[in-house]
Amino acid sequence: MSVINAVTCPICGCLCDDIEVTVVENEVVKVKNGCAVCEAKYLGYKSKHRIRQPLIRKDGELVPTSMKEAVHRAGEILANAKYPILYGWSSTNSEAQRIGVELAEEVGGVLDNTAVVCHGPSLMGTQEAGIPTSTLGQIRHRADLIIYWGCDPWSAHPRHLERYTSFTEGRFEDSEWKSYINKVKAAAGRKKLLSAQRVAKKKPEVTVAESEAFNKPPETLQKEGRKLIVIDVRKSMTAEMADYFIQVEPNKDYELMQAMRAMVKDEDLDIDQVAGVPMEYLKEVVDTLVNCKFGVVFFGMGLTQSAGKFRNIEVAISLIRDLNLRTKFVIMPMRGHFNVSGANIVFAWQSGYSFGIDFSLGYPRYNPGETTSMDVLLRGESDAALVVASDPVATFPKKAVQHLVKHPLIVIDPHMNPTAMLGDVVFPSAFVGIEVEGTAYRMDTVPLPLKKVVEPPEGVMSDEEILKKILEEVRTIKAKNTKNRMGGA
Amino acid sequence: MLRNVSFYIFLKLTLKYDSFNFLLVRSGNMTQQKLHVTLLTGRTIEQGVGKEYGKSSSEYFEACSMVYMDAGDMKKLGLKNGANVLVTTPNGSVVLRAFKHPRGSMPGLIYIPYGLWSNAIVSYATSSIGMPSFKGTPAEVEAAPDQSVLTMKELLKKEFGR
Amino acid sequence: MAEILIENGFVFDPLNGINGERMDIAIKNGKIVRSVNTQKAKKINAAGLTVMPGGVDVHTHVAGHEVNTGRMIRPEDHVKDVVRKTGLTRSGVGYSIPTTFVTGYRYSKMGYTTVMNPSMAPLGAKHTHEELNDIPMLDKATFPLLGDWWFVLENLQKGDLEGCARHVAWMMETTKGYAIKIVNPGGLESWGFGRNVHSIDDVVPNFDITPRDIMCGLAKVNKMLNLPHTIHLHTNNLGIPGNYVTTLETMKALESVATDGKPVAHITHVQFSSFAGDNWGNLRSGAEEISKYINNHSHMTLDMGQIIFSDTTTMTADGPFEFTLYQLSGRKWVNSDVETETSGGIIPMHYKRKSAVNATQWSIGLELALLIKDPWKIFMTTDHPNAGPFFEYPKILAWLTSKKARLATLAKCHKKAQKKSLLPSINRELSLYELAVVTRAGQAKALGLKGKGHLGVGADADVAIYNINPETLDIAKKYKTARKAFGSAVYTIKDGQVVVKDGEIVQTVDGRTMWLDIETAEEIEIGEEMKRKFKQYWTVEYENYPVFDHYVKVPEAITVKASV
Repeated sequence: MSVINAVTCPICGCLCDDIEVTVVENEVVKVKNGCAVCEAKYLGYKSKHRIRQPLIRKDGELVPTSMKEAVHRAGEILANAKYPILYGWSSTNSEAQRIGVELAEEVGGVLDNTAVVCHGPSLMGTQEAGIPTSTLGQIRHRADLIIYWGCDPWSAHPRHLERYTSFTEGRFEDSEWKSYINKVKAAAGRKKLLSAQRVAKKKPEVTVAESEAFNKPPETLQKEGRKLIVIDVRKSMTAEMADYFIQVEPNKDYELMQAMRAMVKDEDLDIDQVAGVPMEYLKEVVDTLVNCKFGVVFFGMGLTQSAGKFRNIEVAISLIRDLNLRTKFVIMPMRGHFNVSGANIVFAWQSGYSFGIDFSLGYPRYNPGETTSMDVLLRGESDAALVVASDPVATFPKKAVQHLVKHPLIVIDPHMNPTAMLGDVVFPSAFVGIEVEGTAYRMDTVPLPLKKVVEPPEGVMSDEEILKKILEEVRTIKAKNTKNRMGGA
Repeated sequence: MLRNVSFYIFLKLTLKYDSFNFLLVRSGNMTQQKLHVTLLTGRTIEQGVGKEYGKSSSEYFEACSMVYMDAGDMKKLGLKNGANVLVTTPNGSVVLRAFKHPRGSMPGLIYIPYGLWSNAIVSYATSSIGMPSFKGTPAEVEAAPDQSVLTMKELLKKEFGR
Repeated sequence: MAEILIENGFVFDPLNGINGERMDIAIKNGKIVRSVNTQKAKKINAAGLTVMPGGVDVHTHVAGHEVNTGRMIRPEDHVKDVVRKTGLTRSGVGYSIPTTFVTGYRYSKMGYTTVMNPSMAPLGAKHTHEELNDIPMLDKATFPLLGDWWFVLENLQKGDLEGCARHVAWMMETTKGYAIKIVNPGGLESWGFGRNVHSIDDVVPNFDITPRDIMCGLAKVNKMLNLPHTIHLHTNNLGIPGNYVTTLETMKALESVATDGKPVAHITHVQFSSFAGDNWGNLRSGAEEISKYINNHSHMTLDMGQIIFSDTTTMTADGPFEFTLYQLSGRKWVNSDVETETSGGIIPMHYKRKSAVNATQWSIGLELALLIKDPWKIFMTTDHPNAGPFFEYPKILAWLTSKKARLATLAKCHKKAQKKSLLPSINRELSLYELAVVTRAGQAKALGLKGKGHLGVGADADVAIYNINPETLDIAKKYKTARKAFGSAVYTIKDGQVVVKDGEIVQTVDGRTMWLDIETAEEIEIGEEMKRKFKQYWTVEYENYPVFDHYVKVPEAITVKASV
């Protein structure tokens, strides 16, 4: 039995690196410090849905084959494709991502990662407006105002508050954990009281909407110490914990942010409410923003996937920029997968662009809407695809998937996920961060090492190794093709 | 037989949600109600845990083939917690189990965890930037007591033929 | 390994006192040797050509988080300059923030063989090294940012120089760095809450220490550790009109640390720190004052930070300064503060001839280089890409060696700048020998790189051969020809292999990453106290912080014996 410390969890953008894993006979038996999702991964990765050997589709069914045969078939598909898509990359290490760029360049394909359905709009927003940001430790040490906008860390980044924000101890700010506990106790008491009142009086109760969504900003927004505001279209789990929850109308975040920008600049707005928020309450919120010592806005899919998309991010960034003229403020996207940040970073240093990169002309080109994989699929332009470390069949809208499966599909994944189920050549790969070491980049771009804590199953290789084999095979086939074209000279 | 008579009742309930429609279709002596809603898709912790167990797992199926609805809206459609509903958009329709959203109210909104089921109906419009409209597009919900939720395999077969 | 004999070139090797002598250079096993077997050796006919050591760039932002974020936010910069894949080279983009492969190829084509990446946030060190690994053709090293590191601030505040030295030594090894980088000392920590320092005696909030303490303390630490380079310093008040006063005060403060006549500090991109006047309207050059000081002292080295009239991208660890630039220009602004350590900022910038301020800045850089008499004291850089992209270096070489070239450019500048400029009164033109000093020999010497910047026996066989015949080409008159020649080497040789011929890559090589392996008297032990503090200060585990060996593709550890 061995206990391994400082293990970096390979799931979400938090990239918690304080996980303690106990291994007995090459199996993880205990996980300490991790959230529910982390435990699920470390204890459940060896599920029966694991692919054990390479598969190839013959007569409509996936049948086992040798690595050599699978590599050859994959190489053929890519070498002969005119416009292949190489997609995914967010759940593997930077070492594999580098091979991805080389391979995409070699086959003249479209290289794209999951940011296209996640924070691609955020990257575009930064291309418009820049981004005032920091590493997560700055939040822990200095932030006395934390805002989650259009994201729900309690569901998607479970340890975010306890590791980086409201519930952490910093050099200049203390944890708000105690006051949260008190608030929960008080809320439970209030609920009991309310329900008792309802039973007693049976009068038309204040609608839930009125009582909760429109409540006045509480006095706690004026306090010293860390404050938490959540802005969302529905009361998420994180909103439960907030000092103040603003329920914004769907697709109206843009208006709300522009209104706030005007107020930060002391401009008068002649309206009663914006995006469903009464102006008098919004004024108090903006006061809190400009009077804090160090504020941070974390944002997620609520802004990138609703109407406006990257314009929402551009305005959010502009709001933070404007706030910097009055106090210290930063903004940070809540990156989803544990190494999507790394995919953007690696692609950028090698090609100049972070997603949606087209190599078909021999040099990297980037034009969202044209070269993004989603649009290439929707226009039915690709004629092959390689999917690594992601699951577009489950995460892409139906129409895009329909085109994806019309053409040869190569899949590299540990699990028999929906994409693998529809693949034509399927490679089993080892789990990065459990069976393969490497580097990953956290949501704030800090690089961290991933550990290997157990051996992968017999015959299962890393993404990096598989990709190297495919790249080599593609080069061999292309060289042969060139030779043949030149008359076998 | 359907009688071609339809009644529209528009209710402006609060300042916040100004398109709160009930579409009543009289059909013989049955009254069916369709709710026009705004569709949201997103993460839940159960969906996160389920995907780590593997997308063919029962945990994932449970976590993703469902939809959160406002308690008041469910009442209006006469739905019990866990009942089957049919959610339709211009892109398709899917049967899901409906559950009360556990916190606060969100009349006119429905929330489906990311997954194969949500992607059966979500809008693919990318606004020319590659990002489909995963949040904030219109949908319709109706009770579907006689229809069943498809398993992942069945859904894959139906949509992609494999 | 291959033997090469470079025959009959005009050799300029200032570190060995060779000034245009016609001689042979012999190479074997990647090093310069006294002689080779003339039968077996590959011969390169360098008759009529200028032979110099490979170029050494003391300060160029080419790798790491700051640089890469610049890439990510500026697709409009990339479309101007696309680079196709060839059978030998990778594709990419160029212009002000080239991708890693293109960076290597372009420097190599200009005859450069060694570059120093001057800004690395220790927390992001792995990222910096991953990018350095992907820069081919060049030897490289990188400098960790330590001037606002909490451990430095705390140790210096206590007066514990030895403690500070041990921490710095640990950090240098942990991040596989090469020199102590200091940027706006005290200002970056202040910027953590949106503030800044405005003089070297301002007290840094929460830390009770001044920039003066930080700079002098680290200069002393540098000596105690016997590091090959001095502290590498970006001054306080950079980019502010009137800041030459701060620069003078900084240099005066460091006089006390100098005890043996050798340099104790290097001020980088000094053009940005040499402004006189007190607002943007009356901005003028402080080059005279700075040059006068430098001409009378020997404890400083400098590099120019020369402006190129071009669209480019500024990126520095000086977060507050970048914010000021944002307020001036309104362009997209990136800020990236790093917990416990440092900060950073990025803003695109377009330097225009018709901007009186930019044109004055352009003049300042050249005035400094020309008024400072000793070329071993001030080197040629653009602080790439801050003052301009590195592929424009040949323009600067022309301005340095040709008054005609300078005046031709000055004539296109804003009238106000023309009036203020000292250039019309400066006749000095650098010789090829002096050029070799400011682009390679001087830089290598200041960096303490024993095997670089010269062609003496035992040096690394990094050679650049240019199509300039000193006997027939008057580079002052025919500066356009000279410029072209410097932009495209006839040969670049790296570790004894020909990698560039006639301005094209003919072979790709990896290059090494140099870093310091510091041997202190006692082994540096990381006690429980340090580990506990670590957990408090950073959001990563102590165990995961270092740059492990496997992060450096081709390492060259340079052993340093510290006096501590």
